Amino acid sequence: MLLFAGKRDILFEAMINKIVPSVEAALADVRDGSTILIGGFGGAGVPAELIDALIAQGARELTIVNNNAGNAEFGVAALLKAGRVRKIICTYPRLNDSYVFEALYRAGKIELELVPQGTLSERMRAAGAGIGAFYTPTSYGTDLAKGKETRMIEGKGHVLEYPLGGDVALVKAERGDRWGNLVYRKSARNFGPTMASAAKCTIAQVYEIAELGALDPECIVTPGIFVTRVVKVLRSPQRLETEKAA
Amino acid sequence: MSYAMLTREQIAARIANDIPEGAYVNLGIGMPTLVGNYLPKDREIILHSENGILGMGPAPAAGEVDMELINAGKEPVTLLTGGAYFHHTDSFAMMRGGHLDICVLGAFQVSATGDLANWSTGGDAIPAVGGAMDLAVGAKNVWVMMEHLTKEGRSKIVSRCTYPLTGIGVVKRIYTDLAVIDITPRGLVASRQVPGLSFDELQRLTGVPLLPSGARAAA
Repeated sequence: MLLFAGKRDILFEAMINKIVPSVEAALADVRDGSTILIGGFGGAGVPAELIDALIAQGARELTIVNNNAGNAEFGVAALLKAGRVRKIICTYPRLNDSYVFEALYRAGKIELELVPQGTLSERMRAAGAGIGAFYTPTSYGTDLAKGKETRMIEGKGHVLEYPLGGDVALVKAERGDRWGNLVYRKSARNFGPTMASAAKCTIAQVYEIAELGALDPECIVTPGIFVTRVVKVLRSPQRLETEKAA
Repeated sequence: MSYAMLTREQIAARIANDIPEGAYVNLGIGMPTLVGNYLPKDREIILHSENGILGMGPAPAAGEVDMELINAGKEPVTLLTGGAYFHHTDSFAMMRGGHLDICVLGAFQVSATGDLANWSTGGDAIPAVGGAMDLAVGAKNVWVMMEHLTKEGRSKIVSRCTYPLTGIGVVKRIYTDLAVIDITPRGLVASRQVPGLSFDELQRLTGVPLLPSGARAAA
């Protein structure tokens, strides 16, 4: 039966229901040593409530994949500060206020794998799409290609890159339904759709649960097949202000 | 003879004026972002932002800030009528796949053959690359916007970059506060020097041989 379950937790239920009652329930089974893909670019699309719940859940020795390495002391930075992260794979860990990462990095307490942004995104796409590896011209001849296989293709140097999948993806969407279909809002979409496809267990936080059929099928961005759990969180004006200030 | 260097705003205005109607353009973080302020109002130019926006508009009015609509520099922006949102992988397909007509990037150094160094000064700074390497290899035309000289007075146009490379042979044109330099198969062609700056003086300040733009037709 498992073969037919797709990204569902509960078998033999009368209907598919990926909606879970709380962020705690959504993250209950995250294990130590997991690779966790976390959406967001700047303050937009950060699944902040899920990250807070992950800190409370307590999983350790995590590998985190994110565009940045956190800023100030919320979100990914709070996770780093709590000492839960062994390694971060990201594109831009140097922000004005990324002091939590910087202190850990300089103390040798966190491993950094720096990846060009498009390569990071494409590596996750490859993981989600079942692609074994790919050649990209990005980073050819630079320090970030050191030690990697290269090949000339149509006269242009390319670098071999491997897929990057996660055990868990945490994404923020605007609305979701019980089949796990998701729509996003403006530039908060960013890494969400790709990360959703690239993890074994994808958890989406949404501001609104839509009735099945209420999301326009022509406009669904992430089809439910890529999503394991959907959890509703409250829009918090206070949190928005904190993010603005940062 | 004395001359005045262009301000950043003047360089930005010069670049903006060179962007044709209908172009898809990415403006890098930092100084290149200024170019957006000078785009001619009578031209439709579509700005791309790496975090999933085409048809990006200017900063919002006070009170209309939406932190889910930001640019690559994480500053609030707006969407023009006809604009679109998309996810990161599609956005970088546009960048890497040769769909952008022009990107304007800042630089620490550019070599005589168009090598670009703009992501790291080496040393012990925290390394951070973002989308710079994807833009460098992917845009049809990579234009660099930078000061001609370092604060110490050294040419930022060099025979060989000493800072870590972002891309090899990718830059087509450099806009500096002294001139415009095109990187051509024949070499570097200088034009539009600021008033009062002779070609010989520009050559003296520049670390590599230049050709005057007039020589282009003669050659």
